Amino acid sequence: MTGRLLPSVLLPSLLLLGACDDLSMARQKRYDVYRRAELWSDGAEARNPPDGTVQQGALADEAALADPPPVDAALLQRGRERYEAICTPCHGLTGHGDGMIVARGFPRPPSYHEDRLRAAPARYLVDVITNGYGVMYRYANRVEPRDRWAIAAYIRALQLSQGARIAEVPGLAEKIPAEANPEGRP
Amino acid sequence: MAQIFRPGADTLARVVLAGIAVVPVLAVGMATTLWRSPYATAQDVTREQPVPFSHEHHVGGLGIDCRYCHTSVEKAAFAGIPPTETCMSCHSQIWTNAPMLAPVRTSLAEGRPLVWRRVHVLPDYVYFNHAVHVAKGVGCGTCHGAIQTMKLVRQVAPLTMGWCLDCHRNPGPNLRPREAVFDMTWTPPAGQAEQGTRLAAAYHVKSPARLSECSICHR
Ligand code: HEC
Ligand code: HEC
Ligand code: HEC
Ligand code: HEC
Ligand code: HEC
Ligand code: HEC
Repeated sequence: MTGRLLPSVLLPSLLLLGACDDLSMARQKRYDVYRRAELWSDGAEARNPPDGTVQQGALADEAALADPPPVDAALLQRGRERYEAICTPCHGLTGHGDGMIVARGFPRPPSYHEDRLRAAPARYLVDVITNGYGVMYRYANRVEPRDRWAIAAYIRALQLSQGARIAEVPGLAEKIPAEANPEGRP
Repeated sequence: MAQIFRPGADTLARVVLAGIAVVPVLAVGMATTLWRSPYATAQDVTREQPVPFSHEHHVGGLGIDCRYCHTSVEKAAFAGIPPTETCMSCHSQIWTNAPMLAPVRTSLAEGRPLVWRRVHVLPDYVYFNHAVHVAKGVGCGTCHGAIQTMKLVRQVAPLTMGWCLDCHRNPGPNLRPREAVFDMTWTPPAGQAEQGTRLAAAYHVKSPARLSECSICHR
């Protein structure tokens, strides 16, 4: 009796086992980005390079930081996109230092339209992004060297736009109704 | 000779016969429904996180761009999860004493990364890449839903092979101009059919036949 019973129970259960998902393909023995790694004391797969390591591409980055790229429409467009993604929460869309996070209690950054920052060279703006300034953290890990120049160029454009005089824009004075500009500002 | 069959045997036989016909159909039906159900694909599950980080608050309320935190989403396969430093670029000054943020401060002080629990997980035999989708005009919202309304992130799409292929076989309806990829309020305009075809051509989106080849996702 058992001679017949054993296979008739074993076979179906073996078949059933076969239907179980074994996870060796779905969870392979490899480290993906940011996976947990028990091997290290901090449990993270990503390691800090030893002191003195020169990162791949570091020279290219340095070169990109040293020479400003030529300013053209594409660079300004790129700068605007980056500026709006990374800087607006604090500095505001127009650079007056009235971003959303400032409204929620973050210390107010200076307006880009004050004389000191208007006079500051573009390289200074790039340095602030790279190294931070006061309570502002550095943004070097989030903004690539070329993009830092692009942002600096866009800040220059913002400064122009906010400081423009009506007389400098051809045909604008006629378009502005007198009641919108009662003091007759130039 | 004694009776072999009891009086109820006829009914029993009919029930068994019907069962033989019906049970397999039901079982297969049940299995396929369950197999691809939101339960099996872990849709709409929220996971407890070390810090109850809210996209509703930071994205919906404060309007912070995805790229402020998910830095590598345009450049790499991996979208990037913000390091502690990113949180501290704001929280070094605001909500500095909130108990909710204590793990963030400890993480910074001890140099230990925060351990976020993953919400979206594809099996390791599937290759996915954010950069290519972003560059070809597939928006975050198309796959992740209305993140800006989520207190805790949920997986909205099933992430099954069928779901990927539905789009790869006909990407047009899901394409938007690149500038709108991070716009969480984007909805298809009236002329999306033409716009999709135009964008597919402009961005050189590969043909549906190429995009459904196994080696695109299993490499
Ligand atoms: C989290 C808020 C925040 C973000 C984001 C931010 N900043 Fe700032 N920024 C500040 C604050 C606050 C100051 C003033 C710091 C101080 O005086 O201690 C400042 C100062 C500056 C200054 C002026 C330095 C000076 O000499 O007064 C520049 C230029 C600047 N930021 C550029 C940028 C650029 C470019 C970005 C985007 C890449 C950016 N910031 C992103 C908060 C921020
Ligand atoms: C202030 C920083 C911040 C911003 C801005 C932000 N995120 Fe996140 N995001 C996080 C953190 C931290 C996590 C990990 C914790 C979690 O899963 O909630 C995360 C997780 C996610 C996840 C789930 C990852 C997983 O585990 O599968 C998705 C999807 C996501 N974010 C999409 C977005 C999108 C889309 C935007 C822009 C609309 C955005 N995020 C903006 C910080 C941010
Ligand atoms: C760009 C600035 C900024 C960044 C970056 C940022 N936060 Fe916030 N966060 C805020 C502000 C502002 C508030 C307060 C919101 C309010 O007052 O409505 C806040 C509130 C919070 C709160 C409590 C309120 C709530 O219920 O959401 C938590 C928790 C929090 N943040 C976690 C984080 C974590 C974790 C990170 C890093 C992944 C992070 N934040 C990154 C600006 C930021
Ligand atoms: C074509 C669909 C699709 C689009 C578009 C998309 N994602 Fe994802 N996202 C996924 C999938 C699938 C995963 C899970 C990846 C994995 O498990 O390897 C994921 C995972 C993530 C994660 C977790 C970290 C990671 O990379 O695994 C974050 C954060 C995220 N997405 C943010 C974003 C943001 C921000 C955008 C918009 C710029 C975006 N996603 C656009 C499908 C998409
Ligand atoms: C909403 C539409 C959509 C969804 C959903 C989607 N994709 Fe894509 N995918 C695209 C488009 C569009 C491209 C760009 C094709 C090209 O390179 O021209 C693409 C490209 C890719 C590529 C790169 C192809 C190559 O070699 O150039 C991979 C890999 C990929 N998708 C994987 C996936 C996986 C895995 C999923 C499901 C988890 C998925 N995609 C879901 C639209 C989608
Ligand atoms: C657009 C991306 C994509 C393409 C193209 C694709 N797959 Fe997949 N495949 C996936 C994803 C995503 C999964 C994981 C599904 C899940 O977890 O439910 C998967 C899972 C699988 C599985 C495992 C199924 C299971 O449930 O265990 C097999 C087998 C498979 N694919 C075979 C193929 C073959 C054969 C082809 C070519 C005809 C192909 N795939 C093309 C994305 C793709």
